[in-house]
Amino acid sequence: MATNFLDRSRSVAGPGFSRWLVPPAALCIHLCIGEAYAFSVFNKPLAQLLCAAQSACPPATAKVVSTTPGDWTIPELGWIFSVAIVVLGLSAALFGRWVERVGPRQSMFVAAICFAAGFFVSALGVSAHQLWLIYLGYGVIGGIGLGIGYISPVSTLIKWFPDRPGLATGTAIMGFGGAALIASPLSVLLMKSFSSATSNGVASTFLVLGVLYLIWMLVGSMIVRIPPAGWAPAGYVVPTTSHGLITARQVLRAQALRTPQFYLLWFVLFLNVTAGIGVLSQASLMIQDVLGVSVAAAAGFVGLLSLFNMGGRIFWASMSDFLGRKSTYVIFFVVGAILYALTPTLGNAHNIVLFVLAYCIVLTFYGGGFATVPAYLRDLFGTVEVGAIHGVLLTAWSAAGVAGPVLLNYIRQYEINSGVPKADAYGVTMYLMAILLVIGLLCNLAIRPVADRYYMPAGAEVPA
Amino acid sequence: MSTGPTTTPATDPGIGAKLFLAWAFVGIPLLWGVILTCINAAKLFQ
Repeated sequence: MATNFLDRSRSVAGPGFSRWLVPPAALCIHLCIGEAYAFSVFNKPLAQLLCAAQSACPPATAKVVSTTPGDWTIPELGWIFSVAIVVLGLSAALFGRWVERVGPRQSMFVAAICFAAGFFVSALGVSAHQLWLIYLGYGVIGGIGLGIGYISPVSTLIKWFPDRPGLATGTAIMGFGGAALIASPLSVLLMKSFSSATSNGVASTFLVLGVLYLIWMLVGSMIVRIPPAGWAPAGYVVPTTSHGLITARQVLRAQALRTPQFYLLWFVLFLNVTAGIGVLSQASLMIQDVLGVSVAAAAGFVGLLSLFNMGGRIFWASMSDFLGRKSTYVIFFVVGAILYALTPTLGNAHNIVLFVLAYCIVLTFYGGGFATVPAYLRDLFGTVEVGAIHGVLLTAWSAAGVAGPVLLNYIRQYEINSGVPKADAYGVTMYLMAILLVIGLLCNLAIRPVADRYYMPAGAEVPA
Repeated sequence: MSTGPTTTPATDPGIGAKLFLAWAFVGIPLLWGVILTCINAAKLFQ
């Protein structure tokens, strides 16, 4: 039976299995679901569906996207991504324990079905020109796939790599950052090949992407395995005593949610992501306003930020295995705050190399924050329900996904309305981001080892 | 302190090929994306 194949018991690794097959399995999932970061490539084509059908779209240089009545607006379309990110956090929190119980294969399978179904329902929404179907498809159904898919491989990787948890989770979560590098050009290529005199090819592109992502994610769910009970890498010494923040004991999700450490870490992630996502959402506009570069060069800047976002995930998560999680976040917050505070000066000096370099480094901290947090949770709460705890923590991302762009947009608009030139309107925001990072630093420094009363008693069974 | 109780012995002769295929399956598309991004990013400094 197909269901049996998905059972946790059927995915236990047999003799000869290499743990290095698990990171590519995780990458199969994250390189697909991270497509969400590239969804903005569909904004303009989605806003031109009706004018494209009538061959009446304004030229690319025009200030308006479409003048055809009934065409969707860019702010309306912006909600698709926001809904998906909010549902990602909620579903990760809601399904975290289920993912732990059924194992990675079944949860990856469900994530694949949901994520692909999101594209199929959205294709229907495009064909019928019903925006609510896209909110439902990509936002809600796809968002559930995002949430389940994001946490599915994390605890499995931590169990396979107890000696290098940061490297392992960093490799998978790097895929989420790198997915946009594939999805963006692929989507443009597909839309171009499917476009005709009366269509810009979005519906067909959604269908093809749905099929491709379904296949890719299912391959990941077939490859993944969980380690046999009691397994440890050759030569690895299982620690039996806690030292510093790294515990040798276990905390269940319900208990973890009662600890101050969980909420401090929630704010650490929230503040780090708020600062980074605010910049990412405005990067193209910002560099055009501040340095006066072309649209094509601004697109190159956004691509470069994605590259550093991806690189930061593997680099900092791996480094955290040696530096310690707390020290790694201290670097993010201290250096990040300094760089945010410097960028207005670098912009005013029109120093393009240093300006770009500063933002690229900041984006490595943004990505590194995501990738290091599962290992931080493992250090504090042990491995037994780390996936479920991570799922709840991702609500910080949902909150930051709304707060970051809103904060940056609101302050920028307020500044412009107050008569500040466009090029200078980002200064206050960058100083504010620096302050947020200082608050994040204080939260991080306040994290101490979990108190004894929250740990599972020695020898206790994990509840089903 | 105690040592790890078990390890999965490497008895699968095809494991090398499996590892190559699995990493190529994710690595090749990622490399394609990275190269395209670098080409586009070069416009920033021209």
